[in-house]
Amino acid sequence: MTANIISGSLIFAAALLFGGLGGMLSERAGVINLGIEGFMISGAFFSAVGAYYAESAGLGGLSPFIGLLTAFICTAIFSGMHALATLKYKADHVISGVVINLLAANVTFFLVKLLFDGAAETPRLTNMFSKISIPFLSDVPIIGKALFRSYPTTYIAFAAVLLIGFVFFKTSLGLRLRGVGENPGSIDTAGINVMKIKFWAVMMSGSIASLGGATIVLTTNGNFSFNTIAGQGYIAIAAVILGRWNPYGVLSGALLFGFAQAIKDQIQILDFASSIPTEVFYMLPYLVTLLALIFTGRKTRAPKALGIHYDASVR
Amino acid sequence: MNKTMEKIRKNLKSSQATIPLVAILIALFIGAIVMLIGGYNPIVAYESLVLKIFGSVYDMGETVRAIIPLILSGFAVAVASKAGIFNIGVDGQIIMGAVSSLLVGTLIDLPPIIHGIVAIVVGIIAGGLWGVLIASLKTKFGINEVISSIMLNYIALYLSHMLIKSFAAQEGTARSSLIKESASIGFPSLNTLFGGARIHWGFIILPFIVFAFYYFFEKTRWGYETKTVGLNPDAANYSGMKVNGILIRTMFISGALGGLIGALDTLGVYGYVAIVSSTSGIGFDGIAIALLGGNSTLGTTLSGILIGALDYGSQGMQFGAGVPSEIIGIVISLIIFFVAAPGIVKALLPKKKAPKKEVE
Repeated sequence: MTANIISGSLIFAAALLFGGLGGMLSERAGVINLGIEGFMISGAFFSAVGAYYAESAGLGGLSPFIGLLTAFICTAIFSGMHALATLKYKADHVISGVVINLLAANVTFFLVKLLFDGAAETPRLTNMFSKISIPFLSDVPIIGKALFRSYPTTYIAFAAVLLIGFVFFKTSLGLRLRGVGENPGSIDTAGINVMKIKFWAVMMSGSIASLGGATIVLTTNGNFSFNTIAGQGYIAIAAVILGRWNPYGVLSGALLFGFAQAIKDQIQILDFASSIPTEVFYMLPYLVTLLALIFTGRKTRAPKALGIHYDASVR
Repeated sequence: MNKTMEKIRKNLKSSQATIPLVAILIALFIGAIVMLIGGYNPIVAYESLVLKIFGSVYDMGETVRAIIPLILSGFAVAVASKAGIFNIGVDGQIIMGAVSSLLVGTLIDLPPIIHGIVAIVVGIIAGGLWGVLIASLKTKFGINEVISSIMLNYIALYLSHMLIKSFAAQEGTARSSLIKESASIGFPSLNTLFGGARIHWGFIILPFIVFAFYYFFEKTRWGYETKTVGLNPDAANYSGMKVNGILIRTMFISGALGGLIGALDTLGVYGYVAIVSSTSGIGFDGIAIALLGGNSTLGTTLSGILIGALDYGSQGMQFGAGVPSEIIGIVISLIIFFVAAPGIVKALLPKKKAPKKEVE
């Protein structure tokens, strides 16, 4: 059971990790992104639809990858809306993010009804990601089952942490990106296009977050319905705050919240748990998120220029 | 002709209502385009929307019934906004108000009228305290209110399921048992007048709330302090105001309005609380309403009427034209989007050649 909980934590954490990395990317570039929830909804929807049509076209085992790609590309266009509103038209970042969430929910439910004859959810996929066992390592007792027998998306998510960590702290692009969120004026003075960096950061932010939604659909849920995401985008943002806007920190935040979700599925098997109302377990991820923020809240520091519209003339 | 057009346009441009009005029109227009692309007839759809709102006395009554919580929700968001807090937790505050007044309505015996009043007051307090929670998480631990609001919305949802199942269960249904007759705030004679539409005494409370909102912010010291904190917390602090206390007080009022919504709907409309898998969304509509109305008394009231009517009418689109009601959700989100990014609306408005300003 320990192995199941750890493995479950990793699976739930993967979705939150994508969401968190996306959110962190945008916020490091100075744009508050509360639209992560919406981008995850968008990712869940487009992956379900993309994979479904790929499946109908007879692509079989390839279709979940098509779903992942569809989510990534289509959500990039969607997050362009947040970029445009906040960067070009100077909309309030928070409000624009909330609009993204409302719009994502309504547009996707509308499209589900439109594409599938008034259905409330997309058809169940037959080809989902299956768990990949890493040779030898997966045979180690407990740890093997817990860590080395998981979905491809889980591995991608962990690889993404390393990749983003590398780009952030070891490349000049990363330096510029971090600079844009801390002191855009100095980056501008260095002759670098601040707006361009911000724009791309927001676009990629949405796309990466969308993979989180896609992960949920293509590994555990198997289809898209109105409560597929259910606040996980906001939990991902909490992971960003908890992780102090650092990719490795986001990872630990995502693991904590992933654990809170995994325990909900596993603990109910135990005897003592049967006397506790099930609602308590449903509440758990949200409660843990709040408690984690309570214990770390004051210590975190957001990027300095977060949420501020960059204006070259006032520096 | 041209001159009058010019005059109208000038008036419109100078008025505060221009951006919201144009935003509404563009959003409805985009909604129509989306419907066309989806293979629906937008004219039939909007026609059935309007018909649903004004079609019969029953529908008119139900529209009013649907508008009451939305105006209140708009004010709940507006009160918090004035203090610089973005309260997207109204949904949770509604649930807390609803379930608390439900428990008072089912578990306690009191004489009629008094029972209803007590239930409402308890609902208001419960919603208010749920709001205070958001404010104290912000002031004590520096937690962003948007995150805590959403978490508390889900916690409230599951807490309500737990409370209903433990104290007001109705076996075999996905809802609570009914409140006692004495706790009802229904308005039977008004209901018959409107063909059975579920208008209730909240209809009478509403004008007082609207007036109270105006009076609070224009005439009282508390309201003035709230506004000052919202505009510049540092200045407020410097001038000796207790910023944290003011934030908590304001969020109590904001949450209390949410609690009132829950209480009114439970005691006046449904008589029970349903066990559903998501929150009502009334709080999110409140964001649109407050933003559209510029947090002002008149603006918020009018926007509440508009969004409430659209919300209720969208059911008609579903039945009358087969158009998914989400289209109205899309239109409402677009309205917020355009109001929040007025640059887009200005870019779409006909441009008048502005006299070139010298660069200073």
